[in-house]
Amino acid sequence: MNPEANNLIDPGDPLPPLPGHSSRGRLERALRSGRFAVTAELNPPDSADPRDVYERALVLSEVCDAINATDASGANTHMSSVGICSLLTRAGYAVVMQISCRDRNRIAIQGDVLGAAAMGVANILCLTGDGVQAGDQPGAKPVFDLDSTSLLETIRAMRDERRFLSGRKITSPPQVFLGAAVNPFVPPYDWRPLHLAKKIEAGAQFVQSQYCFDMALLRQFMARVRDLGLDERCFILIGVGPLASAKTARWMRSNVPGVHIPDEIIARLEGAKDQKREGKRLCIELIQQLREEKGVAGVHVMAYRQEEFVSEIIVESGALGGRRGAHRTAREITQS
Amino acid sequence: MYALRLWSVRRARLVERVYDLFEPVLVAAAPLLARLGYARLERPVAAIERGLKGLLFDCQMCGRCILSSTGMSCPMNCPKSLRNGPCGGVRENGHCEVKPEMKCAWVQAWEGSRRMSAGDAITERQPPVDHRFKGSSAWLRLLRERGPKPQKSPARS
Repeated sequence: MNPEANNLIDPGDPLPPLPGHSSRGRLERALRSGRFAVTAELNPPDSADPRDVYERALVLSEVCDAINATDASGANTHMSSVGICSLLTRAGYAVVMQISCRDRNRIAIQGDVLGAAAMGVANILCLTGDGVQAGDQPGAKPVFDLDSTSLLETIRAMRDERRFLSGRKITSPPQVFLGAAVNPFVPPYDWRPLHLAKKIEAGAQFVQSQYCFDMALLRQFMARVRDLGLDERCFILIGVGPLASAKTARWMRSNVPGVHIPDEIIARLEGAKDQKREGKRLCIELIQQLREEKGVAGVHVMAYRQEEFVSEIIVESGALGGRRGAHRTAREITQS
Repeated sequence: MYALRLWSVRRARLVERVYDLFEPVLVAAAPLLARLGYARLERPVAAIERGLKGLLFDCQMCGRCILSSTGMSCPMNCPKSLRNGPCGGVRENGHCEVKPEMKCAWVQAWEGSRRMSAGDAITERQPPVDHRFKGSSAWLRLLRERGPKPQKSPARS
């Protein structure tokens, strides 16, 4: 490569490669170092202004190891995960790019994976995606060409075997740390740990779970996961988030697919003087319990419309263990 | 038909036995079928398959049947056409996220697989669907791939 071409490369997130690591990102390092990791979901803007992304990312990056860029979650259009990742990697943030199988076929997805890795995306989360009926455009065509498991396998082959699904060669493979989702809180409960095993076989190196509000159910799941030795083959991050009120909790339970909130939680919120504060306290307590649970490698914070609380929740829960988040050069870049 | 589909899953062990009997018959008939020509048989066999499996499993004729690995619950009835297990949107009552009135095809699959003797095949990974096969006979495809290959004329020495 000529030296001038080097100047054109924007390294974004990648750090020097380490032996045994799939990616050059910070999330994989944090997890492999054995410390409790924190990831957080960025609420994607309904705007074309990059500042909307940077403002939200800045708050999150100070308290987490990587920021998740969602891919039209809930089947609602927002700024795309590729778009958000391109802005964030440019500014040196560590991102988890979410890919949902709902909107794109295998041809489009494999192209996005190469593009993302070229931009400096070090982590990809493979998702099936919510059905189109969940969003505001239920008349859209559901694609679902791949499913999350075959998507994992596809990207792993791109990375490790340097080939597309067709077998065609890739000259420079995408060096990504591969993730998947788990939801231990919905049926079929006894299959969920084995389903996780299947995703690990397909290439999942870390998983981020759906919102956890039911520790009893999670403990049951984790016990089986440990029996199967899955926590040693995969980093498990559990999804958490504050509930703004009992009303919101009820709404989420009936409108957001896959969210399970026990009645006790709603009763506790209802009985509180300040429901918002109680929701926050509940979330902090949950994180503290999760830190004690063997096999849980970290938490994934999803604070829909309550981003202002994320940093307080993470700091107060002690999840960072005194260290600072992945915040690096981002502030200088966004301020200049 | 939905009610029959649920019945097939409840009777997954029985359906599995029938399949176990049927498969060797099909394989034994392979040389004859090969002589008749798979291309010529495609339409009538696909029609029989569509009628029978459509009735029993609400078969969608994906052309790559994996019923024996999915507890006799056809995964193509999943609105997301998932081939490797349930999504995270299953409702607490075990019904589908997209069609609340329908039981989740994968919750059904898990229950059916527990009744079968070779039900653990549900843990095997399935490749993505090949959309070129849609509407074609999965039985003939199985025979073409696993059955005796058409005899090639021996090379002249």
